[in-house]
Amino acid sequence: MSTRTSGSLRTYLLTRLLLFIPNVLIILTIVFVLMRVAPGDPVSVARGGQLPPEQIAMLRRQAGYDRPLLVQYWEYLSGVVRLDFGRTITDSREVTQILVTNGGATLTLTLAALVVAVLIGVPLGLLAGRRRDTTLDGGVRVFGILTYAAPVFFVGLLLQLLFARTLGWLPSSSQATPIMQARVPTRTHIYLLDALLAGDTEAFFNGLQHLILPALTLGLLLSGVFLRIVRVNVVQTLRDDYVEAARARGVPERRVVIQHAFRNALVPFVTVLGLNVALLLGGAILTEQTFNWPGVGSQLVRYLQNRDYVAVQGIVTMFALAVVTISLIIDLVNAIIDPRVRY
Amino acid sequence: MTDPSSRSRVEVRPVRGPAAGPPPSGPVLTVRDLRVWYGTESGPVRAVDGVSFELWPGETLGLVGESGCGKSTLGRGLLGLLPAGAKVAGSARYRDTDLVTAKPREIRALRGPHLGLIFQEPLTRLNPLLRISDHFEEALRAHEPDLSDEEIRRRALEALRSMGIPPTRYRAYPHEFSGGMRQRIMIALALVLRPSFVVADEPTTALDVLVEAQIIRILADLRRNYDTALLFITHNLGIVAEACDRVAVMYAGRIVEQGPVRDVFARPQHPYTRELLRSTISLSTTGLHYIPGAPPDLVQPPSGCRFHPRCPQAMRVCRERFPRATTVGEQRVECWLHGPRELIPDGGDEPLVREEAGVVDES
Amino acid sequence: MATPTVPPPTLVVAPTTGRTRLRRVLRGIVRPLRESHGVARFMLVTGLAVTLLMVGLAAFAPVVAPYGFNQVADADGTRFGNHVPPGADHWFGTSVQGLDVFSRVVWGARTAVAVVLLALAFSLFIGVLLGIVAGFVGRWLDRALVLVMDALYALPALLLAIVVAFLLSEYVGGGVTTAALAITAVYVPQYFRVVRAATVSAKEQTYVEAARAMGAGPVTIMSRYLLGNVVHSVPVIATLNAADAILTLAGLGFLGYGIQPTEAAEWGYDLQRAISDAGAGIWWTGLFPGAAIVLLVLGLTLVGEGLNETTNPAIRVRRLLPVTIPRRLPEQDGEETR
Repeated sequence: MSTRTSGSLRTYLLTRLLLFIPNVLIILTIVFVLMRVAPGDPVSVARGGQLPPEQIAMLRRQAGYDRPLLVQYWEYLSGVVRLDFGRTITDSREVTQILVTNGGATLTLTLAALVVAVLIGVPLGLLAGRRRDTTLDGGVRVFGILTYAAPVFFVGLLLQLLFARTLGWLPSSSQATPIMQARVPTRTHIYLLDALLAGDTEAFFNGLQHLILPALTLGLLLSGVFLRIVRVNVVQTLRDDYVEAARARGVPERRVVIQHAFRNALVPFVTVLGLNVALLLGGAILTEQTFNWPGVGSQLVRYLQNRDYVAVQGIVTMFALAVVTISLIIDLVNAIIDPRVRY
Repeated sequence: MTDPSSRSRVEVRPVRGPAAGPPPSGPVLTVRDLRVWYGTESGPVRAVDGVSFELWPGETLGLVGESGCGKSTLGRGLLGLLPAGAKVAGSARYRDTDLVTAKPREIRALRGPHLGLIFQEPLTRLNPLLRISDHFEEALRAHEPDLSDEEIRRRALEALRSMGIPPTRYRAYPHEFSGGMRQRIMIALALVLRPSFVVADEPTTALDVLVEAQIIRILADLRRNYDTALLFITHNLGIVAEACDRVAVMYAGRIVEQGPVRDVFARPQHPYTRELLRSTISLSTTGLHYIPGAPPDLVQPPSGCRFHPRCPQAMRVCRERFPRATTVGEQRVECWLHGPRELIPDGGDEPLVREEAGVVDES
Repeated sequence: MATPTVPPPTLVVAPTTGRTRLRRVLRGIVRPLRESHGVARFMLVTGLAVTLLMVGLAAFAPVVAPYGFNQVADADGTRFGNHVPPGADHWFGTSVQGLDVFSRVVWGARTAVAVVLLALAFSLFIGVLLGIVAGFVGRWLDRALVLVMDALYALPALLLAIVVAFLLSEYVGGGVTTAALAITAVYVPQYFRVVRAATVSAKEQTYVEAARAMGAGPVTIMSRYLLGNVVHSVPVIATLNAADAILTLAGLGFLGYGIQPTEAAEWGYDLQRAISDAGAGIWWTGLFPGAAIVLLVLGLTLVGEGLNETTNPAIRVRRLLPVTIPRRLPEQDGEETR
C-alpha cells in the first residue's frame, strides 16, 4: 500500500465541493416542485380578495407565473445563483432583505444554543459513557431523553413561567427592550454586535439578558442529542481493539480513556453537528415563535399565515441552502481532522 | 527440562531494558494449576482448567491446539486482559509477583516493560487518529518518563528498523500501512520497552504466508537479541516446528503433552498430538486425515480423560479416571497409555467400547 | 438521532402458513422482553407501561374524558368559566375560552395516536417498498431514489412538514389525514435508507443467489427472501420515529398547521395558546398538555432505546454471571470421577 500524502486531502476537498452542486440542485428542485403542487398561482392565493382582478393579472405577469413551468424553473434557479430569492407578494419586500434584517437574530440564537448544547451535552456524554450502567449513567440518560421528549416550546414555556413570571429574573420576549433597540444604530443587523460596535455596554448586556432564556431552551434540546451520541461513541470506543492494545502496553488508564477513547469518540461528533443542523433550524423556528424572537423563523411563520407563497418559497430555499452548505463545511472540517476520510 | 544455556546459541549479548534488572537464574514464568473460568447462562465455561508449565529466559514455548481449546484465554489471562466475568485461580509467578493474586495496579505496572502481548489482528490495534510516532512516544513516556525526545525517537526508530520499517514512515498514520507492516509495528511497539516475557497470540493467523515467514523470522531473531521469553500461541504446527524451542499441546483446557519440539514431533506420546501431526497437510499429502468427533464442551467436559470420546486408543479407564501426568524422557504427558500401572483398575486397560453415534438430534 | 446499525442478515424464509407466521411474530415480540437485562430491561418495561397508558387513554377517550374537546358549557348550558384554576370540577382547570383542559388532554391523546399510527402505516409502506425495490433493482432507479431521499432527509423535518401541510391544506383542508401525510413525508426517507441498506447487503447473500438459480422471479425474491430479513431493524426505528412524529405533530399544531381546532383537540395548538397565558401567570393551560407530550414521547423513546440495547449486536452487553472456581479437583489425582 503506498503512502498517501496530503495530496489526497486536496482531492477529497475538490471532489466534495463538486458534489455540492448536484446536491443543491436536487434540493432546489424539490422545493420548486413542492411549491407548485398547490392549485392556482401564488398571487391569487395571497391577495385574491384584496385587489381587483386586473391588478392581480398584472402582478402575476410581473412575477412570471403565467409562463410555462420549465421557464419558471429556469428563472428560479438562475435567481438563486444570483442570490435573488424573489419578492414577497404581500408586502413587496425582497426576500434577501428579510435574510439581512432578521438573519442576525437567528444566527445569534443558534450559535448561543450550540454553545449551551456543547457545554452541557458533551461532558455529560463522556461521563456517562465512561461509567456505563451506573446510576450516574442512568441519570444522565434520563436527562437526555427528557430534553428530547419535551418539545422546545414547552421547555420555553416552563422557563418563562419560572424565570420570567415567578422569579422575575429574566425577560421572556424580544431581543432587547424597545428603548435599547432604538438606541443601537443598525450596522450589521446583529444586535449584540451592533451594541458592541456602538460601545453601548448597557444595551449589550440587555441583549445578553434577553438571549439567555431562548438560548437555554434551544440549547437544552440539542444537548440531549449530543449527549446521547457522545455516550454511545464512548461506549463503543472503550471496546475498540486499539484501546485494549494500549492497555496491554501498560499505558495509564487515565490516558487510555482520554486520549484514545474520548478523543476518538468525539471525532465523529463533528459530523453529528452537521446532521443536526436541520434539527437546529426547526427548533429555532419554534423557539423564535415562543419568545417573540425577531429571526427568520418568525418571519417564515408570519408569511405562512399570510399565504405568501413567494416569501415562503424564498425563505425555505434559503434554509435548505444553509443546511446543505453547513453540511459541506462540516464534511470538509471532518476530512481535515480525521486522516482516514479521504477518497 | 533442558537448561537453555547448554544449547549452542549465537553469542550476541542480550539487550536488557533498564526495568528488567539483573538476569534471573530461574524460569521467567512459573505457572501452576492455572484455571480460567467464565460465567455464562448455561454454566461456567472452563476455558483453562489446570495448566502448569515453566518458561525460561530466551526460550520460545509454542502453545498449540484447536480453536476454542483455551490457548488464547491462557495467554490473555497471564496478562490480566480477560473480559469481565472471568475468574482466575492457581498461580503464575513472574519474578516475585504472582500474576493471579496481584492487584490490578501491580499488573498494570508490569505490563509494558515486563509483560508484553502481541495480538492477532493487526488491522485494528492501532489508534487510527494517531501517528505511529505518537504510539511510540506514548508507550515510552508512560514507562520511562525521564527519556528525552531525542532518546525516544532513537529507540523507536531502532525498534522499527529491526522490524524492517524505514524511518521515513515514522510519522505516518496506521491506515497507510498494510496488515503485515502493521503487525511488525505492533511487535516493535511491544518490544521497544524490552519486556522479559511476551505472549504472541496467533500473530500471523490474519496474514498471508509470505508475510508470515517474515514475522516468524523476526520473532526467531528476538530471542537471540533480546533474551525475551516468548509464549507463542498458534494452531499451525509448521510454525511451531520452525520457531519454537519447546511445545505444549492443549486440549479442552489442559496441556496434554509438553516437551522439546524435536522430541515431541519425532516421538509424540499423546494420541491427540499424534492425530494433530497426522492431520497436517504437506506437499506429500495424498489423503485428508481428520480427527473424528466434535470439539469438547467446555461447560461439561467429558469424564475422565477429556480426549477419550475421540481417541483411537482409548481404554476403559480413560472414561472413568482422569490421567496422571507422567514423564517420558524430556516430555510430560497426561495419558493412561503411559500412566502409572498401579492406578489402573482391573480390566481398565481393555479397549473402550463406544456407542455408535446415532441420528443427531437437532433440538 | 443516531441511526442504529443494521444487524447482519440471517437466513429467514418467510413461512407461508398463517399460524406459524403469527406465532413467529408473537415470539419475536416477546423475545426482547425475555432477553433484556439491566438498564435496557428497565427502559423497555417502563416505556411499554407508559406508552400503553397513553394509548389506553387515546382508545378510551370517550369514556375517560368528562367533556368534549370543544365543550364550553355543561349539559344544562352553564358555561364553565374561563381560566378556572385546577380543582374538583375541572381537574386540570379551564383555558382562556373555557375549555376543560383535562378533556382536551385526553382527546389530544386520541388525535396524536391516530395521526401517528396513520403516518407510520403510510411511511412504512412507502419507505419499505421503495427501499427494497431500490436496493434490489439498483442502477439508475436506485441512484435517483437515493438522491431524492437524501435531499428530503437533509431538509429540516419541521420545515418539510410545514410546507407539505401548508400545501395540502389548500387541497384537503386541515385534518387528521393532512397532518398524517405531512408527517409521512418527513419519515419515509428514514425507512427507505435502512431498508435499502439491509436489502443491498442481503442481496449479496448466497441464499438469494440460490433462489435465483432455482428460477425465482424478482417479486418472489423480494417478498419471500428479502422482506423477512430486512425488516429486523425496522421496529426500533419505527418506535423512535413514532416518538419524533409526536413532536413534529405538536410542532405543526403549535405553528397553526396541522389539525384545525374545530376538527379535534391537539396538544401543540393548546400550547400555543398557553404562551400568552404564561405572561399572566396561568400555568395549567400549558403544563398539562406539555406533560402529556413528554410522557408519550418518553414512553415511545424508552421502548425504542430498550429494544435497541437488547437487539443491536453492536452495543449489546452480554449478561455476566458470577462464577466460583472450586478449590481442588479430585479428578486430578487420578481418582474416581463422576
